[in-house]
Amino acid sequence: MSSIIGLIFISLGLAFDFFGCLGLVRLPDVYNRLQAATKCVTIGTCSILFGTFLVVGFSAAGLKALLCIVFLVLTAPVAAHAIARGAHRAGVKLWKGSVVDKYAEDKEGEI
Amino acid sequence: MLRWSIGAVILVVIIALILIRPFPFLFYPDLPYVGFLGRGLYIIILASILSLYRILRGPTSADRLVAIDILGILVVGLCAILTISTGRSWYIDIGIAWALQSFISSLALSKHLEGRGFDE
Amino acid sequence: MKSRIVLFIVALLVWSLLNWVPDWQHLVVGIFIALFVAYMTGDLFVKRPHVLKHPLRYWYFLAYYLPVFLWECFKANVDVAYRVAHPRLPISPGIVKVKTNLKTDTGLTFLANSITLTPGTLCVDIDRDNGVLYVHWIDVKAKDVESATKIIVERFERILRRIFE
Repeated sequence: MSSIIGLIFISLGLAFDFFGCLGLVRLPDVYNRLQAATKCVTIGTCSILFGTFLVVGFSAAGLKALLCIVFLVLTAPVAAHAIARGAHRAGVKLWKGSVVDKYAEDKEGEI
Repeated sequence: MLRWSIGAVILVVIIALILIRPFPFLFYPDLPYVGFLGRGLYIIILASILSLYRILRGPTSADRLVAIDILGILVVGLCAILTISTGRSWYIDIGIAWALQSFISSLALSKHLEGRGFDE
Repeated sequence: MKSRIVLFIVALLVWSLLNWVPDWQHLVVGIFIALFVAYMTGDLFVKRPHVLKHPLRYWYFLAYYLPVFLWECFKANVDVAYRVAHPRLPISPGIVKVKTNLKTDTGLTFLANSITLTPGTLCVDIDRDNGVLYVHWIDVKAKDVESATKIIVERFERILRRIFE
């Protein structure tokens, strides 16, 4: 029974991974790509790892999968945050259909 | 709209080929769920090819950096699927080490992109 | 000293999860390595160890923060999948400014991570002195500071203030 639930989690995670990478190709600028890709791929991979835990059970591989979930949830948003900040400081412009950019207005005088 | 239709048709045809195609002898066939997990492995490979397209094509270096970061997370999921389908538990060790290394390299490359040194 | 004890327990827990099933040889080596890590790292890992003694904080984390966070993550994924698969890409992105009252490092980190993994928002930069976060929003609904704060930050800030402050 738990392995069937694990396989459902794995297929959900595979679908999220695929949509995240599709967003990486389709969306127009760096920040939008970062949003789609980070959210979908992080939660998709965590779902795959949780499904692995449910299929394998309380063995060595299952507990390591749980440890890997904690690690991914803590670090992947930090890496996304660092990339977005670096891209904005490096002068990558927002997409031309963007509505507002408060960050550039506030950082005008500093750089 | 025309480009969207062409791309959607191509993706649906690729996924249908993946789901129909009989499974090659890559894993031990007596382990459970091998057919399902092998098809899932193909979908992860398809996602990696999409992010490789962004690495090759990306107009700025920030785009390439995003795609490299995402590729690092995808490999962890691939290692998890390999753990079940081959029954060898050391694949998940590769996943943990890969997640660590990918996070540190993303941080270092984004510092480099920002134009600062590594010691700040 | 207290923060070193906390770090020792965390390091031993991670070690025994990495070497499951634990026998006594693994545990002896793990105790020595955790002692070494706790001695070398010192006070860098846990700044305020008195927070960790409070049992109600763990209860708030498990019962209030975690269900809200998981449900928002699921909504975020469905939202991104809808926007990506739509033929005309229904996005109107922009960077807005929101205010926060949290002061501690851990609280700000958890707030930024929660904002990044919830629907349509991505934290770009934090200004700790003024308590200001710059958030990239994929579908801007409000441009001014107050209403953006009310939409994005408030539901997590209320819970996180009880946990980490």
